[in-house]
Amino acid sequence: MLPVLPALGGLLPGGGLRRGSTVAVAGSTSLALALLAGPSAAGSWCAVVGVPSLGLVAAAEVGVAIGRLALVAAPGRDWAVVVAALLDALDVVVVRVPDRAVRAADARRLAARARERGAVLVPLGRWEGADVRLSVATSSWVGLDGGAGHLQARLVEVVAEGRGAAARPRRARLWLPAADGAVAPAGRFLQRQHPVPGR
Amino acid sequence: MVSAGAATRTLVAWVPDWSVVAAGVPASTPAAVVFANRVVACSAGARAEGVVRGLRRREAQGRCPALLVLEHDAGRDARSFEPVATAVAAFAPRVEIVRPGVAAVATLGPSRYFGGDTALAARVTEAVTSAIAGSPSFWVQKSTTSGRFPPPERDAGGTAGSESAPPSGAGRPDPGCRVGIADGAFAAGLAARRGLVIPPGGSPVFLAPFPVAALDRPDLANLLLRLGLRTLGAFAALPGTDVLARFGPDGAVAHRLARGLDGRPLAGTDPPPDFAVQVVLDPPAVRVDAAAFAAKALADELHRTLTARGLACTRVCIEAETEHGEHLARLWRSDGALGPAAMADRARWQLDGWLNTTGGAERPTGGISLLRLVPDQVVPDDGRQLGFWGGSAEVGDRAARALARVQGMLGPEAVVTAVPSGGRHPAERVTLVPWGDVREPDRPADRPWPGRVPPPSPSTVFAPMLAAEVVAQSGEPVGVTGRGAVTAAPARLSVDGGRWAPVTGWAGPWPADERWWDTAAHRRRARFQIVAGDRAWLLALEGGRWWAEASYD
Repeated sequence: MLPVLPALGGLLPGGGLRRGSTVAVAGSTSLALALLAGPSAAGSWCAVVGVPSLGLVAAAEVGVAIGRLALVAAPGRDWAVVVAALLDALDVVVVRVPDRAVRAADARRLAARARERGAVLVPLGRWEGADVRLSVATSSWVGLDGGAGHLQARLVEVVAEGRGAAARPRRARLWLPAADGAVAPAGRFLQRQHPVPGR
Repeated sequence: MVSAGAATRTLVAWVPDWSVVAAGVPASTPAAVVFANRVVACSAGARAEGVVRGLRRREAQGRCPALLVLEHDAGRDARSFEPVATAVAAFAPRVEIVRPGVAAVATLGPSRYFGGDTALAARVTEAVTSAIAGSPSFWVQKSTTSGRFPPPERDAGGTAGSESAPPSGAGRPDPGCRVGIADGAFAAGLAARRGLVIPPGGSPVFLAPFPVAALDRPDLANLLLRLGLRTLGAFAALPGTDVLARFGPDGAVAHRLARGLDGRPLAGTDPPPDFAVQVVLDPPAVRVDAAAFAAKALADELHRTLTARGLACTRVCIEAETEHGEHLARLWRSDGALGPAAMADRARWQLDGWLNTTGGAERPTGGISLLRLVPDQVVPDDGRQLGFWGGSAEVGDRAARALARVQGMLGPEAVVTAVPSGGRHPAERVTLVPWGDVREPDRPADRPWPGRVPPPSPSTVFAPMLAAEVVAQSGEPVGVTGRGAVTAAPARLSVDGGRWAPVTGWAGPWPADERWWDTAAHRRRARFQIVAGDRAWLLALEGGRWWAEASYD
């Protein structure tokens, strides 16, 4: 079991990322980063494949140790081979599913590889056969005020569905990100002011 | 510093007025090389007109109106000296270039081989003279100075002491080069000015009458003169320990020179050894395992060669040639030393990448017929300290191997890690470094960087930026006035030609006038944060066009 941030623990069966499982994240890059933050801070090596636009400053703010985060921005046509090679040795591999549909055989083979090596596969987007599927149901930003202020925090409702132990849907309201870029359970929003540039 | 030790028998080949010779000007032409408005070297022709070192340019031109003034160019001097150094290296391999124009070489072996110091000196003179003549840009000193007493020679960095040294070979044609042999490079250098061979053990006697200025240490010479020590002999007669106590280490070195010892040992450059190893594969390998097997043996051999010299390789170039003559090469770096297993792994991954890429343009058309490992960066092997608690080091090692393997498939640039860096834009605040490279940021992160977008930072940063459109309620595009105010409140947003979404919140404009001192990198834009639909965006208005720089998703 790999540790996750406390705020996300309630969403995952067992309260963490089970080694060998596949956890699909849909619709939110910051949710995927928040998922990485726990294992990464605990010393795991992580990789992100096929996400050239990943916001690394946000990753660092949410708690990912970016020195142990490898990026393969353009895996090309052999993305499945690349992901398989990374699953061999790294603990968490995030992969943006290519635009065209993933072949079911590829998906099965990668999930099997993760299971065999005790790694966690985190596909972004649709993925057949994921153990847990996380998605953002609602999201609302605070901090903007008709031209003034700046984005401070986002209140989201995350839904977790899946198979087996995760079959019963779970929901959690989170600050993702909270005012300092981290993740916090809703209701514990710490107001923090930052200077606004140009004002 | 005061340690004893006999001086190395040294041959010094000296080409007078090297800066002028290197510029390719004949000796008869009055020419002077000028640096910082002072003459640093001049030709024999100029000297005959009264030009000497140290004159100001205008004064030199006053004494000799036809003077050809050349700019000092250290690079040219050093470059042109290479043929001369090569000519000397033909006699003995460890040539030390004291400075352009002066080459020193330890002479014990060659002198025995060529039949004595005098014979060796004659041969070196001949070789160097013809090397100078052989280079087309060089002028050959011929009979232009014959019949005339050559005036006292001084070279570019020459010691003032040579002024009093009598000119060599009075009455005979001056060769392009003079050679001196003596115990110690310092004595040999002075001997070279006269073209003398000082017998073994004769250096102290030879040096004794020279003035202290010959040490080329003006401050020390000045002091010694005021102490009444006018010659090297008088200085050498002082006890070494007292000199060290009074004049410090540099004074002690000078004292050793005056006594005819070596100030420091002659540091001849070892020709850099060629560590590259290669193997010819016959029949050519078309399968990875066959080539990888050969690579394993090569890596072991290379590692053996390096460890025998106490060296470790941190960068290796894996080269392969195919039977169709294609040449493939790729550099592999590591921040630690590459062991034989690591090197063999990299070779295997690289071969895997070359032979098994599907449909890549770089895929070789034939089997690999030659494999070569070239250690590109070699450092002293000072070992590597692993983490004390073991476990994480092992995991890190496994991860490192997996990442290197992916690099083998996609190229070294394809796998990167981020280093925090300074900047205002979210994309500027990290530097992406290829895996295995030194992790250094482009811009220092510990500066204030005023005007950067406050946290939380966007989770998606577009590179390149996406075109966007922002309109007001009236349908007019939203702009920013010269005073930094919006023309109208944004009402709808469309990014990258997508569907229009109503704006539910916005902030800005935050003007950013970046790098106004640099015309190429100057950017003047106004940033906005806009929430439209269920997404928040970081937008920039630049030159009347809207761009989506990043998104908070």
